[in-house]
Amino acid sequence: MTAPIRERTAGIVGSELVRHDAVEKVAGRTRYAADYGLPGMLYAALKRSEYAHARLGRVDASAAQALPGVACVLMAKDVPRNAVWVDVPGQTFQVGALKARANVLAEDVVRYHGEPIALVAAESEDAALAALELIEVEYDEQPAVTDPEAALAPNAPLVHEAGNLLASWQIHEGDVDAAFAAAHTVVEDTYRTPFIDHAYLEPEAGVAWPDADGVITVRAATQVIEHFRDLAKILRLPENRVRVIAPYVGGGFGGKEDMTVEPFLALVVLRTRRPVKMVWSRSESLLARQKRHPMVLRYRTGCDGDGRLLAQDIGIVADGGAYAFLSALVLLYATTCAQGPYRCPNVRVDARVVYTNHTPCSAMRGFGAMQVALAYEGQMDRLAERLGVDPLELRRRNFLEQGDTLAVGQTLDTHVALPELADRVEAGLGSRPEPSRPGRRVGRGVACNLQPYGRCVWLNDWSSAWVGFELDGTLVVRIGVPDIGGGQASSLVQLAGDVLGIDPDRVVIHVGDSALTPLTGTTTATRQLYMSGNAVVQAAGELREQLRPLAAELLEAEADEVEFTGGGVRAGERRAEFSELVAAAARRQVAWHRLSIFRAPGGDAWRSETSWRGRVFPDFTYGCHAVDVEVDPETGQVTVLRCVAAHDVGRAINPQSVEGQIEGGVVMGLGYALAERVVYEDGVNLTGTFAQYLIPTAVEAPQIEPIVVESGEGLGPYGARGIGEPPIGPPAPAVAAALADALGARLTTLPFTPERVAEAAA
Amino acid sequence: MEGGGLKTCQLELLVNGRRLRTSVEPHVTLLRFLRDEAGATDVKYGCGEGVCGACTVLLDGRTVNSCTVLAVQAGGASVETVTALSRNGELHPLQRALVERGAVQCGFCTPGMVLAALEAVRLGLAGNASELRRSLAGNLCRCTGYGKIIDAVEVYRDEEAAA
Repeated sequence: MTAPIRERTAGIVGSELVRHDAVEKVAGRTRYAADYGLPGMLYAALKRSEYAHARLGRVDASAAQALPGVACVLMAKDVPRNAVWVDVPGQTFQVGALKARANVLAEDVVRYHGEPIALVAAESEDAALAALELIEVEYDEQPAVTDPEAALAPNAPLVHEAGNLLASWQIHEGDVDAAFAAAHTVVEDTYRTPFIDHAYLEPEAGVAWPDADGVITVRAATQVIEHFRDLAKILRLPENRVRVIAPYVGGGFGGKEDMTVEPFLALVVLRTRRPVKMVWSRSESLLARQKRHPMVLRYRTGCDGDGRLLAQDIGIVADGGAYAFLSALVLLYATTCAQGPYRCPNVRVDARVVYTNHTPCSAMRGFGAMQVALAYEGQMDRLAERLGVDPLELRRRNFLEQGDTLAVGQTLDTHVALPELADRVEAGLGSRPEPSRPGRRVGRGVACNLQPYGRCVWLNDWSSAWVGFELDGTLVVRIGVPDIGGGQASSLVQLAGDVLGIDPDRVVIHVGDSALTPLTGTTTATRQLYMSGNAVVQAAGELREQLRPLAAELLEAEADEVEFTGGGVRAGERRAEFSELVAAAARRQVAWHRLSIFRAPGGDAWRSETSWRGRVFPDFTYGCHAVDVEVDPETGQVTVLRCVAAHDVGRAINPQSVEGQIEGGVVMGLGYALAERVVYEDGVNLTGTFAQYLIPTAVEAPQIEPIVVESGEGLGPYGARGIGEPPIGPPAPAVAAALADALGARLTTLPFTPERVAEAAA
Repeated sequence: MEGGGLKTCQLELLVNGRRLRTSVEPHVTLLRFLRDEAGATDVKYGCGEGVCGACTVLLDGRTVNSCTVLAVQAGGASVETVTALSRNGELHPLQRALVERGAVQCGFCTPGMVLAALEAVRLGLAGNASELRRSLAGNLCRCTGYGKIIDAVEVYRDEEAAA
């Protein structure tokens, strides 16, 4: 483990700095992917499958091709290398690389409703849409595989010829059967979670154009500019001939982690050598974009007479949909976190993710670690009920502590603030609310969670950043981070400003360009503050030390007397502006910029079929939430009255941004708890509009009290932990607990719709 | 839907105070006209069916979802987008409150949200937080959880009342 990078703070870190991007956004000046246009631009659109599973017969595009204004119609045979490969680390022997392959455009078979079959580019949006209507596709419909458990049966219809099992992970630690035999109390239940959609407000969009020297440039709403490599493979171009730029993104939540419009845009440029734009409709996004994995979670949990956990036996079956994408990794997160933030000496996890003819599932905020929270917290509540112990007290008896080892074999080597979080939440809750009218019931529920931050250690993650002065003493940061709305860029400005003692107003950051900004990895996995933050702090710190001797000379002082502050350097009464320091550096041929690479701690050896115990993630963020709800037992209507949400964020670089992540995560988690689900009938997606797929509005969102605890023990800059994903985990189990408290009946299938709640109350 | 096959209509309207005289096909929505023909890319496409509110604009001073209005229906009208609010680069006090309260994350809902909130305050439909929440129910946000937006609008409302 490398120690977290700690720096003396100039007071900029930790302040509620107004985000520079917020000013532009509120004024309507920010340009998102769909806001760009180029002269002579084509418009591209996709012909998508109308069936969940079918063999493709003849696809006739001749009439579409002949329509005035149509520049090209491309199909699978027109894609130089028609494959998107997902490299899955870990137990790759279970996930043959071939099985992890998806096509850019369907070949012979379509495996989900909405799968792209043909790509049209035309002079206008209307012409492109009209051409789609003229493409005739012959389908030979096949039985749709829609139940992942049934799909594992020996004679089940196959989604892919190699079998329906996409990936599996197992943990077996201790002697689970003996521990159950000795247990005082054992509870058992099955929990079910739904497909849900990211439902960012910005649909998938982008533009692309042919650039100088044969470079194809794609500017798209993405969390991953490193997809330029995937595009190069698809186009059969050298990697240095493809460039991806991420403008400010209108929400990602994992849904813009896999490629969306990028390959289609790049293919049109390759074919036509013209600029092109593609914007998915909301319906396309809801119908065909990757979803969150539904899971069936079978839990058996035993404890001793004091409520201390002895054993957990956990079975997970996840619906991976039609193609692999990131399923194997999502399942790894679920497997690792399945025991919850509780010490347990005997744990067995058998986790499987299965191909079906549903929309492919992949990354979404929480990434497998949040589905299991419904189950592990439900089990704690059941045990508390059986033992007659307060649910929070039962949790306190079992909280993980620093130095404990998870069943997966990872030892927790930073502070685990769970007891403090529980205390803060309990204190923040106050008195129980009264029902607002006769017949209503109120309930209170608490839930805790753990969520990794940073990519799994086998990926040997790294981030690079460039920090340098201009001649006038202003500062520039160049870094490949896509900013998806969480304040990724502005936090880095804050960090650079703090380390070098320069007002953030005098810092400009250039982000998200695979050709011009140093690569820093994906804005996913709650890793950007951790990784890019460390990279910027490292680069800025090294730049400061590089200039320090020169500053000492300039100020006629000792090097250790020099302070970087207020936009210049100071030693006692003597002071020089950065512009003077840079001028001196130019004269002395000392560089006034720095490119640095931060490397995350590596992992234990994992390439073994028999044992992969060990470190999986850099570290975890812990949380504890509580909700008060009011229920109308007649109608099943649930109102969340308030929510207290505490997380140890290590160090709040910008407290306002941290609160924003917590509040937004809570409301997204409440949508998961109470309303959101993608509905399929025989694999056909029936929730293709925002009128059918309901996300919380301001009315459903409760008053939220975020509690930010700063242990200073994270691996990020200044001891920060990641906070992007963690807050989405606890709301659903907290609501489940509150409903059980209100109704005396436990719901285990999400979402807790009025129908289900009324039925449980009856 | 075939391109070029439809009769175009004459259209004259004000967009953020600028007079536009042009022709437009009758099926083109106000949203599409504003973004593609009038350069008003601050108006956002979020759902195209009047649910999410990202395309909210002021049509003769009242908010509409511009995706559910045809461009030709705005003939003779004055259309204002969020751009019209900041004058000489100075943010409107409501915009300032939103920025200062951390109510902007990805920002995609923000232009529509600003106009909806402004109208709610102007029409006296923001008397308290729960009334304000109802007034903003037609503007979806997936990032913030709404709390900081509500706080910011209340700050603005109280400042206005005190002024």
